[in-house]
This record gives sequence, C-alpha cells and structure tokens, in this order.
Amino acid sequence: MSGLEIEGLSKRFGAFTAVDRVSLNVAKGSFVCLLGPSGCGKTTLLRMVAGLEEPSEGRVRLEGEDITSTPTHQRNIGMVFQSLALFTHLSVGQNIAYALRIRGIAREAQDRRVHELLEMVHLGSFADRPVAKLSGGQRQRVAIARALAHSPRLFLLDEPLSALDAKLREAMQVELRQLQQSLGITTVVVTHDQREAMTMADLVVVMGEGRVRQAATPIEVYRNPADAFVAGFIGSTNLLPVTRAANGVALLWGSPVDGLAMPAELASGVLSVRPEDVHLQAAGTGTLDARITFVRDLGATVETFLCTNDTTFISVASPRERGPFAVGHTVGVSLSAARCLVFAA
Amino acid sequence: MTARVLRWFLLGALALFLAAPLIIVAGVSINEKQSLDFPPRGFSLAWYLEIFTNREWRNALWASLGLAACSAALAVAVAFPLAWFGWRRVAPWTKVLQLLGVAPFVLPPVITALGLLTFWATTGFYGQAWTAVISHATFFVTLPLVTLTLGFASIDRPVVEAAATMGADDATVLRTVVLPLILPYVISGYAFTFVLSLNEYIIAYMTVGFTLETLPIKIFNALRYGYTPTMASVTVLFISLAAVVFGLIARHGDLPRLLGAPAAERE
Amino acid sequence: MRREPPRRLADYAPLVFPGLMLLVFFVVPFGTMTAVSFFRRQQGGFYTPDFVLDNYGRFLSPFFGNVLLFSILLAVAVALACVALALPFTFTLSRMARHVQVLWLVALLSVLSLSEVIIGFAWSTLLSRTAGITNILVALGLMESPRALVPSLGAVLTAMIYQALPYTVLVMYPALVRLDPTLLEAARTLGASPLRAFFNVVVPALRNTLVATVIMVFVFALGSYLLPQILGRPTHWTLSVLITDQAVYQSNMPFSAAMAVFLVLLSLALVGLTVLVGRKDDGQ
Repeated sequence: MSGLEIEGLSKRFGAFTAVDRVSLNVAKGSFVCLLGPSGCGKTTLLRMVAGLEEPSEGRVRLEGEDITSTPTHQRNIGMVFQSLALFTHLSVGQNIAYALRIRGIAREAQDRRVHELLEMVHLGSFADRPVAKLSGGQRQRVAIARALAHSPRLFLLDEPLSALDAKLREAMQVELRQLQQSLGITTVVVTHDQREAMTMADLVVVMGEGRVRQAATPIEVYRNPADAFVAGFIGSTNLLPVTRAANGVALLWGSPVDGLAMPAELASGVLSVRPEDVHLQAAGTGTLDARITFVRDLGATVETFLCTNDTTFISVASPRERGPFAVGHTVGVSLSAARCLVFAA
Repeated sequence: MTARVLRWFLLGALALFLAAPLIIVAGVSINEKQSLDFPPRGFSLAWYLEIFTNREWRNALWASLGLAACSAALAVAVAFPLAWFGWRRVAPWTKVLQLLGVAPFVLPPVITALGLLTFWATTGFYGQAWTAVISHATFFVTLPLVTLTLGFASIDRPVVEAAATMGADDATVLRTVVLPLILPYVISGYAFTFVLSLNEYIIAYMTVGFTLETLPIKIFNALRYGYTPTMASVTVLFISLAAVVFGLIARHGDLPRLLGAPAAERE
Repeated sequence: MRREPPRRLADYAPLVFPGLMLLVFFVVPFGTMTAVSFFRRQQGGFYTPDFVLDNYGRFLSPFFGNVLLFSILLAVAVALACVALALPFTFTLSRMARHVQVLWLVALLSVLSLSEVIIGFAWSTLLSRTAGITNILVALGLMESPRALVPSLGAVLTAMIYQALPYTVLVMYPALVRLDPTLLEAARTLGASPLRAFFNVVVPALRNTLVATVIMVFVFALGSYLLPQILGRPTHWTLSVLITDQAVYQSNMPFSAAMAVFLVLLSLALVGLTVLVGRKDDGQ
C-alpha cells in the first residue's frame, strides 16, 4: 500500500518561493528525513503535509486518500514540534491522553493507553507529574508519546532533537529509530543535522532553496551525491576547482589527478573529495604540493589544514596512518581518484 | 557607598510621601469622638462598624460592590472577543478597534463622565442604576483589554497547532487549550476593573449620582455637608482591599509583566 | 487554528458585541456631548436643541482665558515635578530584585486606585489644623500652634503630585525596566561616576520616553476635577473643575459641554503627539 505521496507541492509567500514543485514518494512504514540548511523549505514542506500551511499548488495523498484540502484536525496525523508545545496546564498523563479525551474515549481506556505509551518511552511512573518539572529529554519523550496516543497513520517531527545536548541527542536518535521500527509507522523528520539523518533514515531527502536536490538512502547520498550542494552538505568534503586537460583528465590547478577523468560535457567544474580521501606524503610526490597551516589533533583522528593557491582544504587521517608532518611543512598531496566526484560548478 | 545611602533616602522619602496621608487617615479613623483629630484621642473601631451598621453607609457599600462586580464582568465580556479576534485573525483595522478600546482610559475621566451624562439624558435613561454599570464598563474596558491581549500573546502558537494535529477542531481548541491558559488574565483584568470601579467617583456621580449613592459619592457628600470619621474608615477599607487584590494577583501571576516588564526568566 | 485574515462574514462575528458596545456607549456619547455644546442654554437648568456658538464664544472672555492659562500651567508644573521625582525612583526600582519590585508595584497600584475624592479627603485631613502635620511640628517644638495649610496653591500642587506620581511611575516603568544595564556599566568603565553616568547616558537614552511621559502626565493632571476645588480657593479652579461645576451646580450643560469638547481636542492632540514621539523612537 502506498504511504505518503507529495505531488508538485509549492508554497509561495509573495515573491518568495519557499517550496518549489516538490514531488516525493514515501513508502508506508518507512522513515524519511528532510535534510537541508535553514531556509531551504523543509519545515514549510512538513507543515503543508500537516495542514498547517496551505499549498500554493500541488497535492498531498496519504495512503491513497487526497488530503490536500482536509483540515489539520481531520488528517489523523501525529506531530512533534520543535518547541515541543506541551500543555503547561495539564499533567504528563493528561497531555498524553488529550487526543483520546477529545475523541470521547472512556476513562479506563484512556488510562490504559497512557500507561502503555509511558512504558514505551520509558517514563512509566510519570503520569501525574506536572510538565514544568521535567528535564529536556523527558519532555521530548512526553511529546512523542502524546503524538502517538491516537495511533495516527503519519508521524511528523520538526527538528525534534535540536533542544537537547549532544550526548542526549545521539541516544534519542537511536531510540526514535527503534520506536519507529517497532510501530511500523510512516515517519517524516525535518532536521539540519546530517548525522541525525544518516542515523535514523531509510530515505534522505536533501533540500536546498525550496527544491529536492537528491532523495536516496543515506549511504547513497554520501557516496554518490547528486551535485556539489549535496556533496557539501553531507559529511564534510573539500570542493576544489578543476579543469579539463586535452586528454580528458581532470586538472587540479593545472596538475593532473591520476585516474580521474572529467565528465564528457564539462570543460571545468568542481571536484568533491572527502578529507579521508586526501593523503599526505613527501613533498614533490603526489598530485601537487601544499603547505600545512593548521593541525587539529582530536585524539582518534587528526585533521590537517592544507593551503595552496590561496585555498584551504582538509585532510583527515588516524594518527597512525599520518606521517610526522607539522605546521609550516610543505607536503605532497594525493587523492583517491576512485572516490572523487566532479560536478558542474 | 553614597549611592546606597542615596537609594535608601530616595525610597524612604517616597514611601513616606505616599503613606503619610493614609497614616493620618488611618489615625483619624480610630478616633473615639466624631471629630477630625490627629494624633487620635481615644481608641475606637466604632467607625469601621458604622460602615455596616449605619443603613446609609451600608447601602452605599452594597451599591459600590454591586456596581463594581457587574461593570467588571461587562468590561471583560466586551474586551474578550476583541482581544481574541486580534490574536486569531490578521486584519489591519483591528488596531482601530483596539485603539478605541484604549481611548476611554486615556482621556480625562470628567470628559467621559460628561459625555455619558449627555448621552443618558438624551436617551431618557438618565439616573437608572444599570446606566452606571454600562458607563463604568465602557470606561474601564481598557484594563481587561490590555491584560487579555497580553495573555493571548503569551500563548505559544505551536501549542494550538499541536492540539489541531491531535484532532481538535477550533471550538475544542478554544475550550481545552486557550481558555485554561487565558483564565489568569481574565481574572486579573476583572480584579483590576473591580478595584478601580469601586473607587470611581465622577462617572458614577454624573450618571446616577442623585439616585444611587456609591461609597465615593457618599464620602464626597460627607466632605461637603458633614464630617464623620466613617469617611476615614472607608478609605482604610478601600486601600486595604486594593492592596489585597493586587497582592493576590502578584502572588498567582506575573505582576511586573502585566505592567510592561519582559517575562521573568525561567528557573 | 491558523492565524489568517477573516474570510467569511461569520468570521467577523466576535467583533459585533464589542464593536456595538464601544460605538453606542463611547463614540455616540461624544456625539451627544458635541451636539449639546451647540445648544442654547435656558435659565432653570434646561437647554433647547439649537445651533449657536454662544458657548464657544465664552472662551474668548478674560475669565476663561485665565482659567485656561492657570490649568495649563498647573498641569505642566505637576507633570514636570512628577517626572523629575519619578525618574530616579523608577530607575532605582527597575534595578531591584523582582520580588521587591512586586511589593512596590502593589503599593503604587493601591494608591493609584484611590479616587480623587479620597485623595482630596486624605490631604485635606493631612493639612488641616486639628489633625494635620502641623500638630506634629508643634509636638516637636518647631511651631507654636497648629495651623491649617489649606486652602492654598501649595496644597493643590502637592495633592495633584501625589495623585499623579504612581501613574507617572507606571507609565515610565516598561521603558526603564527594559533599559540595557550594560549602558551604565560601560560608562562607568570609561570613568564616569554613577551619578554622572546616569545623567550623561541614561537620561539621554530615555529622552523620548521622558517626553512622552510628561505629555501623558500632563493630560492626566488636566483631568483633576476635585483637588483644586477641595484644597484651593476659587482662583485655583482648573478647566476640569469648571466643567464639573457648570454641569452639576450651575446646570449650564451647553457651556460645560463646549469646554469638554475643547479639552478632548486638546487631549487627543497631545496623545497623538505622544504616539508620534514614540514612533520616532522606534525608527532610531
């Protein structure tokens, strides 16, 4: 059965286009992340799916049913907001029971479901606690439990983990993914953190300037980014200018990169090479020379900042692999051609 | 160091200035004889009892309380839909209506009083008790309007959206989410209006002064025609009531915020 | 429940009740008052619907001119005195701990809620011969015998300042409480003493607020209808006192209404000025 279908959805605010003809197919029960920098339209897209914004054009279908003009409260969705939006005038249990209460569900059934959900989010004894007395992580779980109480067919989350500190965030990412898998609910999460998307998603949708740049599995997006934007956004990468040599090889500042051919249609472009694919060796060897301007030793890895032709790029290696190079040294740089990608500028 | 001394001096002087007349009045109110004496000669709480035992004063007390209770309710009833509309809808001319709601309070009360006097005289209802209720409600509508506008503005919009995603339609959201959150502001708007209506003189006087005697009107008449320490005891009663009401609002809500300060920082 | 412009006619429903109430009981009374100001006064307390300018014509008499001038000067004096007193106080208040501020705010609100009648009564008692402060001075040996300090201009002025001071503090409060504390601190690191920093940095930063407050308090003071009458002599009567007197005791409604219309226009003009000054501040 189909899950969520978005067809040509756009949103314009006067002359500004926030979302530009986005089409997307989300399989039922899968976990999708809308990923992109702030202002790329991902939150607006999510809000249109929720019915909180009216699309300028396009359609939204959920499990085959066209919900484009259905008001929010009839769409049977569950949503977690960035600010969590917990009801401060109700206790934890009352917050979670809200959806059931307004549907007229009997009191004992409400209590049973609340208990079930609290167990699911590991907050078993919190039913009577006032919302104000909870920590950030606990509020997060209450917001999730509350959104799922009425067994919605779509689960939407808008930057749900952004208010948490780093360690808690990582733990919650895993928990959220496991929860979704056990429930089998179609889930769409908006985030600007690509590590979060890589951890949780079945499908990563990278957005920029209101358009979908690439929609693929996390590892596909990482290894084969569709363009320079996606390459720059996912993981870290170096973006360097290349031109075409007479024999079709890519030239990096005039030096040929062994084994890397320019795409047929490009005379010049942008080379994307991940820091882990930039290797340091003795000066005079490799593709070109560069000077080390800064070294960041993070214990498990060492980041080396290299400078040539007024451009700084980064090499990453474990301390064991890296040679004894220090700031101020000139080194030779070689690239793993198989892992490099060339895009239009 | 001198800044500290200066500060204490400033606060102390102001406190004395504000309290002095009230201290004198309080002293006069416990005077044994029916004369204006300070320091008081003798001690007697008779003048406080007088408010309740003397029929004229008691009637005036009931009139004042009744007027305050009704006009405050009416003022809130007028202000609520206005504040709600301003929050719910985007319309440029709600500003006009809001301005209209603020106007009565900004102009000198004697003008509003005179306007209402001419109005009731023209319409032929001049002197009837309910005209005072409407007059006070109109004059004081600014107070609940300000507290309610503030209250609505403090509602986190995602909270309303979250309720919608869980299946609540507009009416249900209003009933289960908005009203509980706005209730403290309704109460403080009512309380402000109640206290100010209780003390209000000129509008009450000009609209129903010769048919209905409220306490301020009675005090004024006593001022002109015959002094009695009950005036003083009523004054003490009024200011105590005001202090209690405002104190309660302060205890259960954020008084500085109601008066324009930014919200208190979260713990 | 999205925040959107009203679309159907039914969406405007909430405005019907307040709109009607305000229109009928606030706007219309001003209409009737303006109409009455053009009516012809009749002896015995009645007036006939007419259209004469006699009532406004009385504005041109020296008597009225004196009253107007006195009212304005008195209100200006009260406004300036109140702002001068309230500024250091409110500034100090805004720097104090929140719970202390609350105590003071409750006290100020309580005094503000007192009607002019009660304030008049309280001050006439304070300045009377038998119960006033002169008794304390006699007890301290600074005076020979107690004396009444009313009626006098000083009494009127003091009581009006008493009445307007809480109002002044509350009008200034929002701006002062939001004042950036680092402004003063920066001035002090640059070498200015606290007092100097206050006058050189804080006061100029609050210039627009202070101007707006003076205007607001001026309008407020113009509205004193009882204090000049209770605590002063007939020469101390202000425009508002005259309005009340003419309407209630002299039964001259048309003249009273004319003066009231004049006062409305003056007040509205001044409040409009305040808003303009406030706008200029935002633009900075």
